[in-house]
Amino acid sequence: MSREDYEVVIGLEVHAELSTKTKIFCSCPTEFGGEPNTHCCPICMALPGTLPVLNEKVVEYAVRAGLATNCEIEQNSKNDRKNYFYPDLPKAYQISQFDRPLCKKGSIEIENEKGEKTVIRITRIHIEEDAGKLNHDEFGGGSLVDLNRAGVPLIEIVSEPDIRSSAEAENYLRKLKSILEYIEVSDCKMQEGSLRADVNVSVRKKGETKLGTRTEMKNMNSFRSIVRGIEYEIDRQIDLIEDGGVVEQETLRWDDVSGRTFSMRDKEDAQDYRYFPDPDLVAIRLSDEYIEDIRKTLPELPESRRERYMEEYNLTERDANLLTASKYLSNLFEQTTTICGNAKASCNWILSDISRILNEKELEPNQIPFTAEHLAEVIALIEKGTISSAIAKKVVEELFENPTSPSKIIEEKGWIQISDEGAIKEVVLQILQANPQSVADYKAGKEKAIGFLVGQAMKETKGKANPQMLNKMFVEEINKM
Amino acid sequence: MEIYELTVHELLEKLDKKEITKEEILASYQNRINEKEKDVQAFVTITEQEAKEEIKQKANNPSKLAGIPIGIKDNICTKGVKTTCASKMLENFVAPYDATVMEKINEAGMVSFGKLNMDEFAMGGSTEHSYFKKTKNPWNLNKVPGGSSGGSAAAVAAGMVPWALGSDTGGSIRQPASFCGIVGLKPTYGLVSRFGLVAFASSLDQIGTLTKDVKDSALLLNVIAGHDEKDSTSADREKEDYTKALKNDVKGLKIGVPKEYFGDGINTEVKEAIEKVIEKYRQLGATVEECSLDVADYALATYYIIACAEASSNLGRFDGIRYGYRTKNYENLKDIYRNSRSEGFGAEVKRRIILGTYVLSSGYYDAYYKKAQQVRTLVKNEYAKNFAKYDVILTPTASNVAFDIGSKINDPLEMYLADLCTVPVNIAGLPGISVPCGLNSEGMPIGFQLIGKPFAESTILNAAYTYEQNTDFRKNKPEFKN
Repeated sequence: MSREDYEVVIGLEVHAELSTKTKIFCSCPTEFGGEPNTHCCPICMALPGTLPVLNEKVVEYAVRAGLATNCEIEQNSKNDRKNYFYPDLPKAYQISQFDRPLCKKGSIEIENEKGEKTVIRITRIHIEEDAGKLNHDEFGGGSLVDLNRAGVPLIEIVSEPDIRSSAEAENYLRKLKSILEYIEVSDCKMQEGSLRADVNVSVRKKGETKLGTRTEMKNMNSFRSIVRGIEYEIDRQIDLIEDGGVVEQETLRWDDVSGRTFSMRDKEDAQDYRYFPDPDLVAIRLSDEYIEDIRKTLPELPESRRERYMEEYNLTERDANLLTASKYLSNLFEQTTTICGNAKASCNWILSDISRILNEKELEPNQIPFTAEHLAEVIALIEKGTISSAIAKKVVEELFENPTSPSKIIEEKGWIQISDEGAIKEVVLQILQANPQSVADYKAGKEKAIGFLVGQAMKETKGKANPQMLNKMFVEEINKM
Repeated sequence: MEIYELTVHELLEKLDKKEITKEEILASYQNRINEKEKDVQAFVTITEQEAKEEIKQKANNPSKLAGIPIGIKDNICTKGVKTTCASKMLENFVAPYDATVMEKINEAGMVSFGKLNMDEFAMGGSTEHSYFKKTKNPWNLNKVPGGSSGGSAAAVAAGMVPWALGSDTGGSIRQPASFCGIVGLKPTYGLVSRFGLVAFASSLDQIGTLTKDVKDSALLLNVIAGHDEKDSTSADREKEDYTKALKNDVKGLKIGVPKEYFGDGINTEVKEAIEKVIEKYRQLGATVEECSLDVADYALATYYIIACAEASSNLGRFDGIRYGYRTKNYENLKDIYRNSRSEGFGAEVKRRIILGTYVLSSGYYDAYYKKAQQVRTLVKNEYAKNFAKYDVILTPTASNVAFDIGSKINDPLEMYLADLCTVPVNIAGLPGISVPCGLNSEGMPIGFQLIGKPFAESTILNAAYTYEQNTDFRKNKPEFKN
């Protein structure tokens, strides 16, 4: 049998750090980084006698996430203790939610690789605290614990096993990320670990109704490794089954360097977390009014923005999709368009040059250093003929290094377009003289030759000559010859 | 009468009349500690020298309690002074913060004389489970002082501190108060902040008072009660002045006496003493009726399941990683955990952690923990039913008087049975007070317990006060018999 004979079943458990100012059970800052053990207090260090007090913002953020993903909100929720020993877990239990999560039975719509819409169901969203971090051999011998992250609030978003390919898994996670960004509950900085996923993968023969044995890859924090990891696991599991073996249920670690998964725990360590309601905390009771108030403050979500862009700005579905995938890019687009009035140009700049540079520099959209005003000015300068689009590309590159007024950049760099007829004529004559063959070609009816000549002139002027004027003048001059 | 024999309200009167000075109070208690601590062994850490300095610093504190000494059970965190929970695990642990009750004690200008012995992590009823020492009962040095707040009860009874703070999870204030012939008050769950109390069983633990008489209980409760934002389970209620409740009048008070607490398990002399208490209340104009607490039989099992389950989780943090005892004998992480906890905890603590881990484990949770929570609701309902008819419920505090040191140490079940009368009160989160009501034929104190509705501290304090004012039992003094 081949890979085509198997169906892949994937479920994701996504952890997103919430962007509240303070931790979930104490008033320490949630800020990333900082010297080890400087963002902690007796409570998040679990000193004897300390007690947790639930940060109400955490509940609010989780409810926002639930409403934005079409979940039902649990009006009588609670916190539970998940007991296990690990040095990054100072209380030896994580305060989480077991049987009454804040949100349940949600769903989001994504596109599969064929471009068809498909619904991924969300089982539940619950709140919990993050653990600290172990530094192995980073400060000399041994392992040291940094509790700065201990108690940072998380939501865990658990999907049903509705995902059928690595591409769908990627689309699901991208969609989720964009929703969380829109509703401003998480920074979703994957490289800082504020968005990470545990990926459950199993395979079964097509037509089989029973799920295959799944493996779980822990703490994946890039789209690329998630896709690679899933592909690897699919191949590994199918090969195993084809060779007459059985897939073992286990927890795996994906290694990006070797491109393989490794088993993390031996079976002897099967954990019994002994969940029970945390007696230090009281029930979380939410009124209808509370939930409705949050619903009212939900911002416009990507779906509705996409429809609006197609309607209002005449964007293609593809462009509208790409823009709205990131709240930051989408905001940049709207602001730029409002200032310069040119939606098409704003969209093109963001989706082509700016996106390319982000990719090259491995930056997140919210790390774009310049503003909508800057981009709108670039567009206006092209429209006025002050710069060519070739120069504009250089200006945008420059804006990433030096976010300042584009007019100032072109002035400082001497990039103002040459629109002076005398100067342009001089260049045109020079190029004509050097390229008699092109002149002959043009005269013989090969109109494309003009393009070559314009190109040569642009090269000569380092892109500063006004291309429309060049074009016109070449035709005029050749006709004179 | 010696200064150390006076109650705090008597000390305050004499200070007010300038008959004594704060320095004299300090000196009297210091002498008493020097004289009696070697026999009683109530303290884990004595801070009387620090107290001397503190009194000077607090000389200008306008609080009327400024300069009054107090003893603190060693599971209440005190900034800069060791908080050991009488465990090897925390032998050298110094909290960098004060428990909320300590902030209140300090604000009132009181000075701590030190940290008092207890059963390790408050698990036990005799204070024999302390890692450091066995505290003796001041009435008879061969007897236990009760527990787990045995150090607090013995120190107050011996006159080494005028009053003390304890904690009560299943009777740990009331039972030692009864054994040592003093007054012990466990407030309603949520009345006093638990922030800074090293947790044993979070849903049952409550800080309370051990005092020479009822008026002192009211006075000290005034200091420590109140809402605390740092404790989510603390009740947000208006402050009361409990001393105002002491009216020396119980006319019309309706008292229920559950028949379940007068069965075979209760010592005859204790039973007789309680019958006399009932008679006294009738004389004073209260109505006393027999009532029933049907679920009393299940309360003890329920208690040990819930308390141990919570303890097994609460004590997980003592893992040898960040603070507390760490084994020297390890090669890997598992060794650190296993050996630090095996070597750092005593037998009783380990027994309860194992029990608690078991009842929470997958496959047993429903049969034990979940069922216990259901019975807990039944116990609460049963009390509520009785409180529809009665203002207070009266029982013995303990089924017997203080027992000989070492006599029950190898029989945990027998030891657990000593909590029979006090445990249901914690399960229901109610206020309870133990009041002395005489001595048995061997000269050991007997106590009775009054239980009130949630936050009805005023009612039980007044009932206790009225009994006390109309009897002489509080005048009995311990003899340090050998």
